[in-house]
Amino acid sequence: MIRDITIGQYYQTDSPIHRLDPRVKLLGTLLFIITLFLYKNPAGYAAGAVFLLAVIKLSRVPLRFITKGLKGILIVLLLTVIINLFLTPGTALISFWKFTITYEGVGVALTMLFRLTMLIMGSSIVTLTTTPNNLTDGLEKGLRFLKIFRVPVGDVAMMMSIALRFIPILMEETDRIMKAQLARGADFESGNIVKKAKALVPVLVPLFVSAFRRAGDLAMAMEARCYRGGDGRTKMKPLIYKKRDAIAYIILFSFVIFSVWIGRWQVINDFFNSLYLRYIIK
Amino acid sequence: MDIVKAENLVFEYIRRDEEGNPTDVTTALDHVNIDVRQGEFIGILGHNGSGKSTFAKHLNAILYPTEGTVYVGGMNTMDDDKLWDVRSCAGMVFQNPDNQIIGQVVEEDVGFGPENLGVPTKEIWERVEESLRAVGMLEYRKKSPNKLSGGQKQRVSIAGVLAMHPKCIVLDEPTAMLDPSGRKEVVRAIRGLNDVEKMTVILITHYMDEVVHADRIFVMDKGKVVMQGTPREIFADVPTLEKLRLDVPGPTRIAWELKKKGLPLPDGILTAEELVKEIKKCR
Repeated sequence: MIRDITIGQYYQTDSPIHRLDPRVKLLGTLLFIITLFLYKNPAGYAAGAVFLLAVIKLSRVPLRFITKGLKGILIVLLLTVIINLFLTPGTALISFWKFTITYEGVGVALTMLFRLTMLIMGSSIVTLTTTPNNLTDGLEKGLRFLKIFRVPVGDVAMMMSIALRFIPILMEETDRIMKAQLARGADFESGNIVKKAKALVPVLVPLFVSAFRRAGDLAMAMEARCYRGGDGRTKMKPLIYKKRDAIAYIILFSFVIFSVWIGRWQVINDFFNSLYLRYIIK
Repeated sequence: MDIVKAENLVFEYIRRDEEGNPTDVTTALDHVNIDVRQGEFIGILGHNGSGKSTFAKHLNAILYPTEGTVYVGGMNTMDDDKLWDVRSCAGMVFQNPDNQIIGQVVEEDVGFGPENLGVPTKEIWERVEESLRAVGMLEYRKKSPNKLSGGQKQRVSIAGVLAMHPKCIVLDEPTAMLDPSGRKEVVRAIRGLNDVEKMTVILITHYMDEVVHADRIFVMDKGKVVMQGTPREIFADVPTLEKLRLDVPGPTRIAWELKKKGLPLPDGILTAEELVKEIKKCR
């Protein structure tokens, strides 16, 4: 039951996207998300969708893996669509009882739907194609400029990677403690939510105690191996931009410029507006 | 030159109340004198609470002496400027394999130490390879540490220390949490280091059979060194060892019992082969 939780799910395969430098992927996702908020007409979203599908195709990750990520936010998605559908003022399209759906509402709801779906899909591509380690390295190097503001980037990255390493160990420990409590007659299944939550206290307390003990041991082991903070360390696997990363950057920037240009192009805006006006006037 | 030298080492754990006044003092190490020469295999034996782990932590400047001095590679461990030199001179392997592996891939964990020392990337790769080969874990280099057995994890930890090119390795009960087969593989790896790589090894344990092949043994009890000498000398004195609640290895124990019954066997028999040979001589 507990093992179903996977943080930063990674889909193991070999693809051009997998082999890219994590910094390219991180910046790419950031830019992709920003562009989603710059489009003013459906053509921009279409361009974004084509780009996204092309990347997914290239990454060799099955589409269902990516849509799985959407399930988690399905409720949020539906709520956004419904609220926008009914609460946007404008020209009425259909109205029944107290509710009115407006033309503008449909527009906004569809925009939101596309935006959110593409946002989630775009960002899950990064975690699906990058190992957690690589991702941490990418964050560490990509955010290095924050050092000017005295942010200990190296230390934070180290913490992240240690946390990731300990997830399976702590899961195992939770399982073991739960089994030990079950063997002593603990009941985790029955009762209402409050009762179930209370039943978890005897699991959490030993778990925390052991986690702290582990942390102490680990800190000692790290010190014994001469860890003294992020500065002055060398890297066994340093991130170095390769030719393919340069190509990816070029493609990425051309996509951003092109899609934003087309998404905000006056001619296309006018075209959609005229369609819209003609439909309503009719 | 002595690689490790403890002179009149005293260490007290001081428990304090809320105002910081000492309430309780436990003497964990009581005037300990231990010296280790380059290339030796030293065993430190002792029951729980004998102070052997406290001693180990002094060799890595994790704890500092209350009295006396510890020299590692000629450096005083109290010298703050030399702290990292001391730590890279005496590598340390701890008891729990899960709590000392930092990397998510075996080779990355072994590379952690050299990374901290600022070793250039190319050399890190060479060190990782040679260290993993030395403990026989080279074929697991791409595996996740979570998928390894206890003995394998502990061998990775040893490789992680080796990659820092220390002058000596201190192992603080490395086998205490392992099953018998895991223990055997770790002990074999440690012996290999001493025999083949000429690495100075300080093995702290409460299993006597692990230090049968040591050059010298120190037995600790209640913070004091109570016996020292070669394994043969130590194991000859079975009654004292029993008084210290240490498990005497099987062959030694049988030989001692037989001798008590009148069989003319020499003192301090260490292995089964030796015992068989000596018994055959008696006929």
